Amino acid sequence: MEVAIRVRGVTKTYAEGAARVTALEGVDLDLYRGELLFLMGPSGSGKTTLLSIMGCILRSTSGSVQIAGREIAGLNERELPRVRLGHIGFVFQAFNLFPTLTAVENVEVALELKGKRGTKARSEALDLLAQVHLEDKWSAYPADLSGGQKQRVALARALAGDPEILLADEPTAALDSHTGRSVLELMRQLAHEHNRAVAVVTHDSRIADLGDRVVHIEDGTVSSVEHLRPGSDFIPGSHSSTLDPQSPLARSL
Amino acid sequence: MPPLARRNLFHDKIRLAVTLTGITFAVVLVVVELGLFLGFTTTTSGLIDHSQADIWIASRHIPYIEQGIPFSERKLYQVRATPGVASAEKYIAHFASWKRLDGGHESVQVVGFNTDQAMGGPWNVTSGSVADLKRPDAILVDDLYWKKLGITHLGEVFEMNGYRARVVGTTHGIRSFTTSPYVFTTFKNAQSFTGLQEDQTEFILVRAQPGVNLEQLQRDLRGRLHDVDVLTTAQFSGMTRFYWMFTTGAGVAVLLAALLGLVVGIVVVTQTIYATTMDHLREYGTLKAIGAPNSYVYRVILQQAGMSAVLGYAIGITVSFFVVRGARQGGASILLPWPMALLIFGLTLLMCGIAAAVSINKVTHLDPAMVFRN
Repeated sequence: MEVAIRVRGVTKTYAEGAARVTALEGVDLDLYRGELLFLMGPSGSGKTTLLSIMGCILRSTSGSVQIAGREIAGLNERELPRVRLGHIGFVFQAFNLFPTLTAVENVEVALELKGKRGTKARSEALDLLAQVHLEDKWSAYPADLSGGQKQRVALARALAGDPEILLADEPTAALDSHTGRSVLELMRQLAHEHNRAVAVVTHDSRIADLGDRVVHIEDGTVSSVEHLRPGSDFIPGSHSSTLDPQSPLARSL
Repeated sequence: MPPLARRNLFHDKIRLAVTLTGITFAVVLVVVELGLFLGFTTTTSGLIDHSQADIWIASRHIPYIEQGIPFSERKLYQVRATPGVASAEKYIAHFASWKRLDGGHESVQVVGFNTDQAMGGPWNVTSGSVADLKRPDAILVDDLYWKKLGITHLGEVFEMNGYRARVVGTTHGIRSFTTSPYVFTTFKNAQSFTGLQEDQTEFILVRAQPGVNLEQLQRDLRGRLHDVDVLTTAQFSGMTRFYWMFTTGAGVAVLLAALLGLVVGIVVVTQTIYATTMDHLREYGTLKAIGAPNSYVYRVILQQAGMSAVLGYAIGITVSFFVVRGARQGGASILLPWPMALLIFGLTLLMCGIAAAVSINKVTHLDPAMVFRN
């Protein structure tokens, strides 16, 4: 399988006054194309920090992060947005749509950033909304959409420019379980059928069974990795390929 | 391009109204103050600018036209004998006392010129004519000052410095910067009204022959004449304007008021644009998170500021137009020529640009990781 993001020995520390807080310590992780990966763990465990570093939004204090084979640890503040723009689509917990723009215009903003304008951008934006089953809501403003519809628009925006990586932070937290599950099913479809690498930070163990792999983060380190798809060979090495009945996820299910 | 800037701007109608009010207020204030400055400035040198002369000859070192000192008219013949001079005439601009029919006194400025020549005469004559001034004791007074001087109709007779003066005509819009209205008359009458000796003049107005180099003629005249200043009309006009505007402090006060208007505008617009930016901070963070370069976000903010500037200016200049018109009817001299309107548009853009810079600074330091914090 092709590695989309490779994280090796990543540590992140923050200064809090005179003290230093370690958010991540020596994290190794590979995110593969065609895979839906869940990052799970308690609040403050460092999963969102890890997602931010994987998404080139945050810099690691040490360690290596490669995106599509390119080392990004040494890139400056001007180069990092280009990497994000070229490779990664983001989905946020609070949707983060532009409230003054319609659904299709929200998608067009992302397309414009990727150099697409005019009728071509409009046509592509409408296609993307159709992919998330919102073709009939293209002219609606976010305030007129349900939570699930907003997240689908956010997903369509994240897909603008066809990035190979999708990173989502608690995308179901603001949704009811049924809607959250349908959004996650869509993301799984995007991973499996479109060969994208999709990583999702979530607390929601109810939807974790949709993923291919669950990486548990605790106290800034990877505490365990669970493979939910039988026969999965995402992780090179000797990890188990089926759900461990004693795992935290299995217990919560 | 998705209309993010426009939508953000028009989304909050109350904030938009505050922004536009601030810009409109600043524009009107700057227009009125600069218009007053321009009106004052133009008024101070009105006699010089409308003289149709190319060169003014005056006593040494007088700072402005109202300070004319008499000198011998013999210089007139030296001037006329100078090659390149088409014509030269004597001219008086001197204060005198006007006695109203009710016994009150007013100060006036008597302007005496040769009525056979075009130089130095009144403009905008609305009743009577320059030729009427040839009649004995005849004078022309601008209708703006009829009430002040107690004039009710043409043909009325008054006293100036003890001499009889008959109003034979009127002009419109010839203001005096001092409180003393201009009274146009023949040079000879003016000598009587002001007590000037028969062989004296205060100024000599010179018209050059067509095609003559004015600087050269000025040098030639300086070479021939002593104890007088030889100034081009532009130089004398500039000196007079500078004196009244900057030596007396009148112009500085008006310019400071204009600057104040600009500062108030900048403060109001900065606050509202900054508040709008803060309202949309999460959106700007999202833009940066999904890969927008800072320049893209700056463009959104600058577009908002630019649209505010254009709208605010359009409203402001319209309001100013009516304010200026009302002020003119009330007797104030406020000018709004199109170059000034253009300048104020530039100032409005600058004002909004400065306001946007504060927001841009905030966005520059915005951490895109904020999008993960709820």
